[in-house]
Amino acid sequence: MPRRNDIHRILIVGSGPIVIGQGCEFDYSGAQACKSLKADGYEVVLINSNPATIMTDPELADRTYVEPLTVAFAEEVIRKERPDALLSTVGGQTALNLAIDLAEAGILDKYGVELIGAKIHSIKKAEDRLLFKDAMRKIGLDMPHSQLVNSVEAGLEFAAKNGYPVILRPSFTLGGTGGGIAYNMEELEDILERGLDLSPVHETLIEESVIGWKEYELEVMRDLADNAIIICSIENFDPMGVHTGDSITVAPAQTLTDREYQMMRDAALGCLREIGVDTGGSNVQFAINPANGRMIIIEMNPRVSRSSALASKATGYPIAKIAAKLAVGYRLDEIRNDITRVTPACFEPTIDYVVAKIPRWQFEKFPGAEPVLGTQMKSVGEVMSIGRTFKQALGKGIRSLETGKAVTAEKFEDHLIPKRLITPNPDRLNYIRFAFERGYTIEQVREMTGIDPWFLKHLKEIIDLEASLESEKLETISKATMLQAKRDGVSDERIGRAVGATSLEVRAKRKELGVTAVFNRVDTCAAEFESFTPYLYSSYESECEANPSDRKKVMILGSGPNRIGQGIEFDYCCCHASFALQEFGIESIMVNCNPETVSTDYDTSDRLYFEPLTQEEVLNIVDTEKPDGVIVQFGGQTPLNLALPLKRLGVPIIGTDPDNIDLAEDRKRFGKLLDDLNIPSPPNGTATSEQQACDVANGLGFPILVRPSYVLGGRAMVIAYDEDTVRRYMREAVTVSQDRPVLIDRFLEDAIEVDVDALCDGEEVLISGIMEHIEEAGVHSGDSSCVLPAYSLGEKEIETIKGYTRKLALALKVIGLMNVQYAINKEGKVFVLEVNPRASRTVPYVSKATGVPLPKIAVGLMVGKKLSDFSELLKDAVDGVLVAPKFFVKSPVFPFNKFPGVDPALGPEMRSTGEVMGVGENFGEAFAKAQLSAGTPLPEGGTVFLSVNDRHKAEAVEIAKRFSQFGFDLVATRGTAAAIQAAGLKCKTVFKVNEGRPNAVDLLKAGAIQLVIYTATGAHSFSDEKAIRRAAVAYRVPCITTMSGAKASAEGVASRQRDPIRVWSLQEIHAEAKATGSR
Amino acid sequence: MNTAMLALEDGTVFEGQSFGAPSESYGEVVFNTSIAGYQEIFTDPSYAGQIVVLTNPQIGNYGANAEDNESRKPFIEGLVVREVSPVASNWRSEENAEHFLATHNIPVASGIDTRALVRHLRSRGVMRGVLSGMGGDPKLLVEKARNIPSMAGLDLATRVSTKEAYSWAAGVDACSPSDRLAKAVQPRHHVVAYDYGIKRNILRKLVHTGATVTVVPAMTSAEDVLSLKPDGVFLSNGPGDPEPLEYQTQQVRNLLGKTPIFGICLGHQIMGRALGGKTFKLKFGHRGGNHPVLNQVTGKVEITSHNHGFAVDPGSLKDSEVQLTHINLNDQTLEGFRHRNHPAFCVQYHPEAAPGPHDSYYLFNDFMKMMDECKK
Repeated sequence: MPRRNDIHRILIVGSGPIVIGQGCEFDYSGAQACKSLKADGYEVVLINSNPATIMTDPELADRTYVEPLTVAFAEEVIRKERPDALLSTVGGQTALNLAIDLAEAGILDKYGVELIGAKIHSIKKAEDRLLFKDAMRKIGLDMPHSQLVNSVEAGLEFAAKNGYPVILRPSFTLGGTGGGIAYNMEELEDILERGLDLSPVHETLIEESVIGWKEYELEVMRDLADNAIIICSIENFDPMGVHTGDSITVAPAQTLTDREYQMMRDAALGCLREIGVDTGGSNVQFAINPANGRMIIIEMNPRVSRSSALASKATGYPIAKIAAKLAVGYRLDEIRNDITRVTPACFEPTIDYVVAKIPRWQFEKFPGAEPVLGTQMKSVGEVMSIGRTFKQALGKGIRSLETGKAVTAEKFEDHLIPKRLITPNPDRLNYIRFAFERGYTIEQVREMTGIDPWFLKHLKEIIDLEASLESEKLETISKATMLQAKRDGVSDERIGRAVGATSLEVRAKRKELGVTAVFNRVDTCAAEFESFTPYLYSSYESECEANPSDRKKVMILGSGPNRIGQGIEFDYCCCHASFALQEFGIESIMVNCNPETVSTDYDTSDRLYFEPLTQEEVLNIVDTEKPDGVIVQFGGQTPLNLALPLKRLGVPIIGTDPDNIDLAEDRKRFGKLLDDLNIPSPPNGTATSEQQACDVANGLGFPILVRPSYVLGGRAMVIAYDEDTVRRYMREAVTVSQDRPVLIDRFLEDAIEVDVDALCDGEEVLISGIMEHIEEAGVHSGDSSCVLPAYSLGEKEIETIKGYTRKLALALKVIGLMNVQYAINKEGKVFVLEVNPRASRTVPYVSKATGVPLPKIAVGLMVGKKLSDFSELLKDAVDGVLVAPKFFVKSPVFPFNKFPGVDPALGPEMRSTGEVMGVGENFGEAFAKAQLSAGTPLPEGGTVFLSVNDRHKAEAVEIAKRFSQFGFDLVATRGTAAAIQAAGLKCKTVFKVNEGRPNAVDLLKAGAIQLVIYTATGAHSFSDEKAIRRAAVAYRVPCITTMSGAKASAEGVASRQRDPIRVWSLQEIHAEAKATGSR
Repeated sequence: MNTAMLALEDGTVFEGQSFGAPSESYGEVVFNTSIAGYQEIFTDPSYAGQIVVLTNPQIGNYGANAEDNESRKPFIEGLVVREVSPVASNWRSEENAEHFLATHNIPVASGIDTRALVRHLRSRGVMRGVLSGMGGDPKLLVEKARNIPSMAGLDLATRVSTKEAYSWAAGVDACSPSDRLAKAVQPRHHVVAYDYGIKRNILRKLVHTGATVTVVPAMTSAEDVLSLKPDGVFLSNGPGDPEPLEYQTQQVRNLLGKTPIFGICLGHQIMGRALGGKTFKLKFGHRGGNHPVLNQVTGKVEITSHNHGFAVDPGSLKDSEVQLTHINLNDQTLEGFRHRNHPAFCVQYHPEAAPGPHDSYYLFNDFMKMMDECKK
């Protein structure tokens, strides 16, 4: 069955913004699908609201719609494009849900669009718990025992038969209210009684618990001819009870005999066939009772997933790419394996190494959230590492995490060990180490954690090895000992700590002993066939397969695991850097360790090194490849932290000199530069002690902004209104960055913040975007919505910004990209807040809004080209500034719903995980679309609740007036209500939370409020405000915490009432702009 | 711990740690790319005369248990791995895998760069080698390797075969309360199985799908087989080169048309030779659990278990007599055929799996159906 010729135009649905549980793995799968279908001659139309993705690049599809992933906007795209088919399986749950909604709304039928990849009935069968259960029972697969009960007695009987713990889920309660786990009879009586009461039908599902069982996943593919294969088996280090996304996982499965593995394989294939996934990839999860081998099926996803991205990187088998081909009719045996070239894609990869995936969490950004792991995913990113053995992979994985702290440096307390082992938490791996160091046995740790002894024994061996190194000396260490340590994944730094030497000294000694890293290939076949793809990982084996070329080559250091503040935007830049190098005829070499990304697709660069971004590992690659240049300015803070040390070791960093990057971070040197250039910045100082910080703060005058140097995403950045806050901060923040001073700035209240991206070749400066923030200064730039072009700035202010930007770029001798943040105070004075001579978070957004590929030009400049060499791309610039031909609003997306109890107020510490873009003819339209895409749609009617501090009362009245005109009812707290009523508007008064009831929270819960406008009183966050913001998050009511945000919302609501639903593809926006010359 | 040394006939020497028996073994050095199933590989008699390199770097993880044995003892001559597990972790585990090998006097080398070794064998072809579990002079070991008889021309099947006929009645047992086995079929056929090195899972599968089995030695004549009144004859897998097995080939020729025949692996090669075909040695063979085989009759691809160093040349078979039914999609080698006029078919790969995927279990049912047809 070759490709289908009855379909020509295919609509691919992306996954929208990055959120916890749906990360950039879907950019990888979506981009692969786009490329693969386009290469096959199909016309590809794409809809995805996330501008930071590679898949939304205009080159990847024929038409790219950065529009909200809602039925209404998708219908408009379908109406306009008339696709023959819709591929729903490469955009995560978001795409699958949208496909179902479109089908159920009759839109697919109306326009004759065929759903390919997975059919509606299959999706439903897989997603509906009851349908799935029936289907699995039908084919004889085991599920957890469960029963619907209507009485406590029946529940006790069930538990007596099946044992404790049991899981209770009351029927038809909101968000699973009243459910829980009962570990004994008392708890069962308690929870079940409450659950039955809460259930409107007096019914509760009681289910056998499989917590503590071994957990596995299989990645499965099937074609229309019913050829079905397993791509990869994955075994979870953490047993059942911890979400797979929060588990350390290992590929391939390690502790199953062939009999047991094949039983699981048969079950997975049976599941796929019964659910009816007839083309594409799926993921099937299993649990196995470690005591007797009973195996139950947990769930299946009828689409590519986070695990399939991992499996693709782990094996070299590109699941999403093949899935797209299967969806258009190809059979697995008709597709070639890219890596071997001679064998077909219809086989099961076998691997001769071990892969470890470790999640990365950021509980520290969400004070109030308990750092424990459970069935809801909390991690914001992950790393993957490849080693020849589990030990080696684990060691590399831990290094890849870049937690900034050496494991052994961690403080821990003996009495916490049992608790930290029993309750899964982000620090569990460390606590296992401490437990072993304290003499716990493997059996004790297994009992507390449920982790398989196979993993624990390996951990213990690593710890024992490290302990034995303590008695070694660098001068006398033997080659055998050194080799053993390296083969077991111990870093030079760790060896150095043991023997009292620096990592570089260890490195030198290693080389002297002849213990050097080599590189092995990921080849899908354990070396049975020759590999033509340089997809490499380091090891300490006997032969190196890197086989470097003698071409001119440049190495790009990637951005490592996704984290808040350093996410997909930087991967976008790295990928583009790679594409650009290839276009310029230079070999591109990618180094990264994030399995979710496009950059770690072996198709993206000429050569891929899947390695931790540490000095040791980067130097190993440099030694082997001897690159002509290394690019550090695209991967965010990760490569920048390596830039200076690498430069000092003679690594040829290209682009802006690391010394100048450092200058921009160094408060003293930078302050002097600003003075020299006569550019104002908020009064500031630095401090290294608590007292010094208070002195500086008092000298500057409150409020102040305090932050550590060298961090991204506003980590540990706060606005302090008093000395107490400063003192508390200094005590907590010192752990963040010991040897670097804290930066203290006078905080400019109610200022407008502006982000500027620019390109510089050392002589000329091109300003690519002047973005006006919608939230005022003080809200982290990554958490603020912003708009291109700036819509409220005066000409004079823009001229000032342009002038400053040019001066700064030239003074810092920027070669490549630069980002500057400005604040404009009420008097119109422009201050520089921060300069980052590197790619910024906004580069992809600006590239899409202007239609100019900024990273490509930046790379050109780094390899010696001039801005004038790109005149064709830049010919539409006006007075050295690129033009955005429509309004483009970028809005952040927050993970607050995953961290109940956390205050969602915005501040200087970045907490958003992703972003969306809205496009419009006017600001309001673009803003409304962005809010819709961000999952906080502006209401079309109903009631607005206002509560603002005195400073904002006058503005609040203006806003209230507009909402009243739009037909909204107004509710406000006493003071605000009085001001609004005084202006002659109808406004109800409601109690504050601490005043009595019914209060604003009650109204939110009752669904009587559709929009919250709430500004903080400044100095402190009162419980009242927190309660309202939390309730707003819980009940999904948009909550606006700044006056500028409130104004923007009014614009948005106005647009929704005025403008029709309309969509534009990026290609048409920029073609039109070119044609009319009106850019 | 002792040093283990693997010396190849081309002079290459690998050094690691000794884990199994402190003994010396000789054989053809081959590699297997299966991820799971090392115990089945150890005990597969087809590995007689071979030192096995496993590409999965972590071996011994789940220990060893009596049920997963494919014969009465391990048949590999020696084992070469990247890392022997420091612990056996599985609810069915009864002993450590390396201990299991040591008790059968089999040396194990751990800590070897198996990937480099496999790449070497892939590009140069399989070769003779010596595995010493107690160190030794590398030069001497290389010399010894050069004096080992070559696998080509070697009759190993009669060596590993049973000396006495016996009957087999055990079917497949579940390995877990959740193992969904097809229902065992009441025995309705009597199968006589030639043991050239037969794997137990073939016997279990034959029983499970409806046969009682009499296993006979490799040197049994066709007349003696027929005197057992079989409903069908099975030709087993086994080690070594099919070419010297002239006696066996002749017996198959004599049986052809008189009773349904099903052959696997060496059995397939013997059948090929019985039909006038030629066999040849592959450069490094097929050993693993992931080879795609196209069933040309159904058009479907099966993921299959492999263990063979020789293959039947499809060009040497007469199209008028033989229909080629299965082709390997990796290298287009012949994986199965059937006789156009007589009830006889065979496959080069291992439908009984153990270790490997179960995609080809249907062949056992096909054999039962073929015997049903012939009884009518």
